[in-house]
Amino acid sequence: MLRIRKTPIALFAAIIIVFPWIARLIPAIKNYPDLLIFAGIYCLITIGLSLLMGFSGQISLGHAAFFGIGAYISGVLTVRYGFNPWVCMLIGAGFAAVVAVLVGLPSLKLRGHYLAMATLAFGIIVFIIFNEEVELTGGPDGMSGIPGLSLFGFAFDSMERYYYLVWFFVFTSFIFTVNVIQSRSGRALRAIHSSQEASMAMGVDVSRYKIGVFVYSAVIASLAGSLYAHYMNFINPSTFDVFFSIKLLIMISLGGMHDIWGAVIGSFLVTFLSFEWLHYFEEAEIIVYGVILLLVTIFMPNGLIGLPRIVLGWFRR
Amino acid sequence: MVQEINIVVEKAGGGAILEVEDVIMSFGGLMALINLGFHVREGIIKAFIGPNGAGKTTLFNVITGIFPPTEGAVRFKGKPIDRLKPHEISRLGISRTFQTVELFANMTVLENVMLGRHIRTRSSFVASGLRLPHARRQEEEIRCRAMEILEFIGLAGKWSESSGSLPLGERKILEIGRALATEPELICLDEPAAGLNETETKTAADLIKRLKEKGITVLLVEHDMKVVMNISDEILVLNYGEKIAEGSPEEIQNNPIVIEAYLGGENGYA
Repeated sequence: MLRIRKTPIALFAAIIIVFPWIARLIPAIKNYPDLLIFAGIYCLITIGLSLLMGFSGQISLGHAAFFGIGAYISGVLTVRYGFNPWVCMLIGAGFAAVVAVLVGLPSLKLRGHYLAMATLAFGIIVFIIFNEEVELTGGPDGMSGIPGLSLFGFAFDSMERYYYLVWFFVFTSFIFTVNVIQSRSGRALRAIHSSQEASMAMGVDVSRYKIGVFVYSAVIASLAGSLYAHYMNFINPSTFDVFFSIKLLIMISLGGMHDIWGAVIGSFLVTFLSFEWLHYFEEAEIIVYGVILLLVTIFMPNGLIGLPRIVLGWFRR
Repeated sequence: MVQEINIVVEKAGGGAILEVEDVIMSFGGLMALINLGFHVREGIIKAFIGPNGAGKTTLFNVITGIFPPTEGAVRFKGKPIDRLKPHEISRLGISRTFQTVELFANMTVLENVMLGRHIRTRSSFVASGLRLPHARRQEEEIRCRAMEILEFIGLAGKWSESSGSLPLGERKILEIGRALATEPELICLDEPAAGLNETETKTAADLIKRLKEKGITVLLVEHDMKVVMNISDEILVLNYGEKIAEGSPEEIQNNPIVIEAYLGGENGYA
């Protein structure tokens, strides 16, 4: 029976809450809360992706595009048209949902890797739009001056305040997703992953569920994009290229796709890899990721979350 | 075997739960079902037999909506269903099992049956995500109903095991349980005894009889003639997509055309 225990979630939340205070005391990790903002933003995306890929078995290679849609709608609407940032966030999410339906409707009806191909192409198209619509998006130079977020006069203007805001979003979507997984809808998604034919015969509206989960993952990726834009105050297309979609894939495979915790672990790890540990590889960074993905797929098909079981297996021998 | 022998079967006026009329199913040029027509009275066990490739599984796929028939009509309780999608047909009260057991191997025994409750429950994606009180109550109901079904099919003791780890006999039984959870009025069982040993076969046959006692109409595709002859009320014989005979088990066993086409000239099941 799939039961996701509550204690680890509470424990994790507690650590996230106290972490900035601890980081303040230790100079070596002083900038870690900043990193955890990015880890949190990645977590948001990978939680949705984990539900889409790990639980429902639908492969997307274009989630960077949804991340970008959120970021650019927030950016463009606040900078060019002076919209309220929160409204932009909602518009971005709504727009991502509509786009997800349009992309998903034809491709999710087909089986196999059509969704992977369609989303890959979609990601490339969106990336080109970000680059070419110079008047709107600023093109390859990006756009700056995106305002920060504030709520009822309370500005999320410091790193720590933003940290808590991002992690509030992460926990909300994490718990929502965990609830879905352990429900009628989650069972239907897992059933689709296992046997589409049997799911249909048992009355599951397969296309509707596939589109539903695709839309959900697109919406939270878009929210993550908005949060990113308002934190960085600057965005440019290269953040949302196809490589980022692949990086998201690495995150969930590294952490473990079939467990929602895998998304969290993978997001943390890749954040630290790309911001801290892989600096001096520079251009060769992509090769390191390639090697990691290869090793994980071969030796740890269930990701790092499956590692304890593998190690236990060694001792039992 | 083009010549069709009609053995008189009580023509359905009232009691027919399923009517199949002049169904043609062709894949490209290949005719898998040719002008097939029959009625199924409510509450009986009707078996479909015939050599491999006769079109039995295709027939199930037509009835359950996986293949919309090329021509002809299928009516369930008087309502045309031949253009409906599988999940819509399932909602009307037709469920099935698969020849190549299609359990959800990534789920436990209980969860497989719980999935069967899908169409009889409502709570949405969002309601589940927010854990609204009614969604939680419903989840509890689903669980209880699924446990009852596991008790009925005799797998309650294995509720927490992974469905993929069960032996074939139990996987087949579990698949019937999952179908049962949808509260079907008509259930299509595709070779429920294939690959089973004698004890397992008996368990499966008994369960099928108990389905009938519950008032569920059973359509059965099965190669084990002992099972077919023992539990069926009516048998329809298919050969190369055509109906060559239809009648009670006794009639079928004594039908010379069936004996020639299917039993290979000798009748070892009398």
